[in-house]
Parts: sequence; structure tokens; C-alpha cells
Amino acid sequence: MPQTSAGLISRAFAVYAKDLRLELRSRYGLNTLLMFSITTLAVVSYSLGQSGLSPKLLSAIFWIIMFFSSIAGLAQVFIREEEAGTSLALRLTADPNAVYLGKLFFNLTLLFIMMVIITPLFFIFMDVPVDNVLLFALMVLLAVIALCAATTLVAAIIARAAVKGTLFAVVAFPIIVVPLMVLVGGGAKVFSGGSIGDVSSELQLLVAYSGVMVTASILLFKYVWQE
Amino acid sequence: MHKLSVTGLAKRFGPRKVFSDISFELQTGQSLAVVGPNGSGKTTLLLTALNRYHPTRGEVVFYRANIRLDEDEVRSCTFLVAPYLYLYDDLTAEENLKFFATVAGRSVTGKGIDSLLARVGLERRGMDLVRAYSSGMKQRLKYALALLNEPEFLFLDEPTANLDEDGRQIVSRIIDEYRQKSVVVIATNEREEYDFASDICRLDQ
Repeated sequence: MPQTSAGLISRAFAVYAKDLRLELRSRYGLNTLLMFSITTLAVVSYSLGQSGLSPKLLSAIFWIIMFFSSIAGLAQVFIREEEAGTSLALRLTADPNAVYLGKLFFNLTLLFIMMVIITPLFFIFMDVPVDNVLLFALMVLLAVIALCAATTLVAAIIARAAVKGTLFAVVAFPIIVVPLMVLVGGGAKVFSGGSIGDVSSELQLLVAYSGVMVTASILLFKYVWQE
Repeated sequence: MHKLSVTGLAKRFGPRKVFSDISFELQTGQSLAVVGPNGSGKTTLLLTALNRYHPTRGEVVFYRANIRLDEDEVRSCTFLVAPYLYLYDDLTAEENLKFFATVAGRSVTGKGIDSLLARVGLERRGMDLVRAYSSGMKQRLKYALALLNEPEFLFLDEPTANLDEDGRQIVSRIIDEYRQKSVVVIATNEREEYDFASDICRLDQ
């Protein structure tokens, strides 16, 4: 068959489309994310009640649920390849950068869908007053990018370990604690009625963090993936 | 003209030596059978040659027209068929072929896929999920993938594993074809598969 000049993006898109197709047929990753986050949200809402919580506490609850839900689901993108034994075929045929970018976009899609479902539920369950919905939506979008940027490389690292789930949380936590603290602080400001000026430093930090993590991951992934 | 040059190759996993001091050179039209008892390191040798393991010592170099190929070029001109190479069970055969063609930078049409599947005796099964395939059919599909990639260096581990008589004949024809135009390395324990190769590399336990 003739070779094409298919670039990195089209190869990455092939990996993304393949993962999306497999996910639509099994719904394993999305179900894991949604099951964990909805269950946690329901338990927290039932335990703490709907009112009287400070903005900082509300923000901490929201981002902790998001963090642990992403821990539960995002590693699947590489674990599935290892457990099915398909990683060898992928390693032998695909450009490592295309694999990383395809998996990153897949995780972004998965987490974005989860956020779209969970965020309104959080507002309803916890009766959160938010004056600036668009600002919070922007923060959620940047959080999705930061969480995926940090966790996709870690998922590749732990995929071949024996105790994947535990190891993923342990390895991911030190990397993700920085954006997590920023998100808790920024979320509290938004829940207190803050404007974009009040959270601009948090938003800038999330953008910079994501940029650094994606760049570092692209540089390092080849070495993580090859052996 | 393509050339595979293996020089002083050795591999250890921790304190355990798998093989040591393996050297050979193969050019287009030459083929090698790597033989030896179970656990002698045949599969490890193939995977080390394919850069899946770092050698403890020695080196593996691929050449095209006497020019040393880099890692990306090696990936695009090599292919492995082995029982431990798994395709996506939840994709159809066609989807698997299209996916691996795209990530390898190759274009393939529907007719091309039909023709490949027909060559390995899987005509009219292209729309079935690979999950529904028998182990022999999965092995045939891997050969379709090999044909799709048109490798200049073809690595085969237990090439006729899981195949029926018809499947063995198909594989025999494919290996015959690739022995003429590529470098073929076969790891096997089956005496009849030695005949596929022009040279033998014997590994001892």
C-alpha cells in the first residue's frame, strides 16, 4: 500500500478516533468517571446538607471530587492497551508523539464530558450561588486541560505496573497538587462573587502549567513509551 | 538493497543472561531462522532487534541502500507477526487494518482491504469484530496487516502458530514472496519452518 505524507496530527487523530470508537463500544472509561463522581457528590451532598458551607469548602469539595474521579478514569487510556496486549502493535507501528497526542485528546474529551455533566449537578446538589457562570466554566475548561496534561503521561508510566490504580494516585498527586491548590483558591473566589480580575493569576497559572506539562510530556513520552 | 546487521548482541534481564554474542548480517533476499529450545531467547532476540528491548551489549543496525536508518524509518519498514501481537478485539478487521495503516502513514482503500483479506482467506469477514475471530483467523489478520505494511524487514515468531493447513499454505506463499524482496527473520521451534529460511542462528539455553 502506498505511503502517505500523513502528518503527526492525522496520525494522532487516528489514535484518538480509535480510542473514541472503543470507548463508545464499551463506555468503560466514561462510566468509571461518572459512577465515581456522581456517587461521591451524592454522599457529600447528603452528609453536609445544602447550605451554610463556605465558598472555600465548596470549592475544595468540588475539585477533590474532580481530582479523584479523574484518577479513577483517566489512566484507563493506557491500562486498556496493556491489558488487551495491543500496546506492542501500537509501539511497533505508531509514532510515539501521535500516540501521546491521541491519548491526551481522548482524555480531554472524556474529562470534558464528565465536567459538563457533573458541574451542573454539583450546583444543584450543593445549592451553590454563582454569579459568574461563564467565569466558572472557563476555570473548569482550564482545569480539564491541566488535569489531562498532568495525568496522561503518568498513566503511560504506571500502565505496566502491577498495582496500577494505587500507583497512579500516588505518582499523580505530587504533580497535580499545584493546579489543585490553585483551583481550590480560584474556585473559592468565584463562589464568593469574584470577577475575572480576581482570578486572573489563577487562570494564567493554569495555562502556564498546562503548557509546561504538555511540552514536557511530548519530550519525555517517547522514553516512557518505548520501554 | 536492504541490510540488517546484528553485532555482538547480548541481553540480560537482571542477573539472568538470555543470550550473548549474537552476530549476523542479512541482505534483501536472505532469511534467517532463529532456533533453540523454549526459553533460549528467540522472542527476546526478535524484540531486541525491533528496539522493544535495549540490548545489554552490541547493536542492531538497519540499512537502506547502505544508509543507516533512524528509529522512525526502522518503525516504518519493519513488521512483526507473532502470537503475542494482539489487535483490537472491539474493532472489526477492516477498522483494525485502516487504523494501523493510518498510524503507519499508509493509505488504504476499501478495495485494498478486501483484496488483503481475500489473500489471507478472510474474505467477507472484514466487518466482523476481531473478538469473534478464532485464534487462527486472528493470526491470518496479522498477515494481512503485514502485507498492508509491505515491510522491508519482516520478523516472524512462530509463523504458523494456530493455523490450519490452508492457513499454513497461505503463510508459506507470503514468506516465499517476502524472502525475494525483503529481509526475513523467523523464530521457531518447528522443524518444517526451518525450511522457510536460508540460514540458521541457533540459540542455546
